[in-house]
Amino acid sequence: MRATISGAARVFERNLVSYRRGWVVLFSGFFEPVFYLFSIGVGVGALVGDVHLAGGAPVSYRAFVAPALLASSAMNGAINEAFNILPRLKYDKLYTTMLATPIRPVDVAIGEIAWSVARGGIYAVGFVAVMATLGLVDSWLALATVPAALLVGFAFAAAGIAGVSFMRSWQDYELLQLVILPLFLFSATFYPLDVYPPLLQQITRISPLYHGVELMRGFALGSLDPTMIGHAAILGAVGAAGTYVAVRRLHRLLLF
Amino acid sequence: MTRPVMNGAAAVVEASFTRYRRTWRASVFSSFLNPILLLLAMGMGLGSLIELGPGGLPYLTWLAPGLLAGIAMQTAVGESSYPIMSALRWTKTFEAALATPIGIPDLVEGHLLWVLFRTTQVTAVFAIVMTGFGVGRPVANAGAVVPAVATGLAFAGAVTAYTANLRSENGLPALFRFGVVPLLLFSGTYFPVADLPAGLRPIAYLSPLFHGAELARTVSLGIASTFPPAVHATVLLGVGALGVWAAGRVLSRRLAR
Repeated sequence: MRATISGAARVFERNLVSYRRGWVVLFSGFFEPVFYLFSIGVGVGALVGDVHLAGGAPVSYRAFVAPALLASSAMNGAINEAFNILPRLKYDKLYTTMLATPIRPVDVAIGEIAWSVARGGIYAVGFVAVMATLGLVDSWLALATVPAALLVGFAFAAAGIAGVSFMRSWQDYELLQLVILPLFLFSATFYPLDVYPPLLQQITRISPLYHGVELMRGFALGSLDPTMIGHAAILGAVGAAGTYVAVRRLHRLLLF
Repeated sequence: MTRPVMNGAAAVVEASFTRYRRTWRASVFSSFLNPILLLLAMGMGLGSLIELGPGGLPYLTWLAPGLLAGIAMQTAVGESSYPIMSALRWTKTFEAALATPIGIPDLVEGHLLWVLFRTTQVTAVFAIVMTGFGVGRPVANAGAVVPAVATGLAFAGAVTAYTANLRSENGLPALFRFGVVPLLLFSGTYFPVADLPAGLRPIAYLSPLFHGAELARTVSLGIASTFPPAVHATVLLGVGALGVWAAGRVLSRRLAR
């Protein structure tokens, strides 16, 4: 099974066209991490003061939490978009219609993943601009958080579409939330990992978002570290595995 | 002539219970899980970075009653948004109900009773969990359920009116993104309103959740609230009553023929 560039691009284009009427929904996703940044980062940050990271200079709490919110918003954007394939798959039968054209299931999977990554990317660019305005970035290195956000988006878009392909109905949205909320809260998002006992630290390393947060934090705080290659590799692997499952599942669901 | 066996509002709330019979397990599960996760992450995890919380209290202690009121708001908004949209537009159960002796005031009253039930359930679980985390005393936390439920009811009518007024469901994500999330984050729940820039404080005072969180904290922890408790309670009751009035009006207009 090989995706054709033009097939996947058509699926991508279809989403772009359909959002012309719903761009407010698309646009509004940008605000959520900004609200969190001002509330938790600035408001609660005033109670926290500085955060002391292992082997680094103390950083203000808002500078500590901002890259994590960027990673979380890339995850949320990708997952929300992944969930949108459920109605297209089950109720609108959109993909069945597409199969009457040269588009193949693999094109659908790749096109949808690419669209989710793009949606996450839009939020990332906006959020980095907010971070820069607030003086929360140290160097031009912070611009690398944008491709890092695309990588986080890729991991969650692919895994999300793979997961959603197993869902039976709307009610399973609750299950999705059951996974997303703990990831959001416990991926070293709001406090450093060393707050936890050692066993919990190990468990946290299972979370793909944790690797995204660490990667972002390295770039945003300008503290490069060889372990960041590992974080990026894990995100890439999650994305690749998700893509593999998503392609196979869509092939099965649409052609059999 | 046969007399109806029960009044209209009771019939409306019975319909909600009938639906709930199919989904209550997941809902009860998440009503325990949500407070546990929130208090673990924000109260204990984030709290461990805060030496001295507002009012000299541990951050977990200060945070929990505010989140109790917050979860009541989220539950009430949840029940007054998509389910109302569904009853009006998708499944048209409101129209079906109006084909019986049930009237629009019964729909509003039945919905409020349902929100009363759901917010009581969710906040009671939250109060138990919060007691388990060592915040407040059991009796005081049980008492804090009352202002929390009042916070939920303060939103029920207004959100029902908002939902009934929408032309498409695209307005609902906007309600959560621009309504619920900022209210949850800036109503003196995660950090005191006094820490907001002076120019923004009056806006936070408009939030019913601010008043609910203040009351819940007073009852649960026995500390003084920003304004006298009677002021906070009056705001909640006033906003709630206004919302119910608006809900009745909008529903009458939408369902009139």
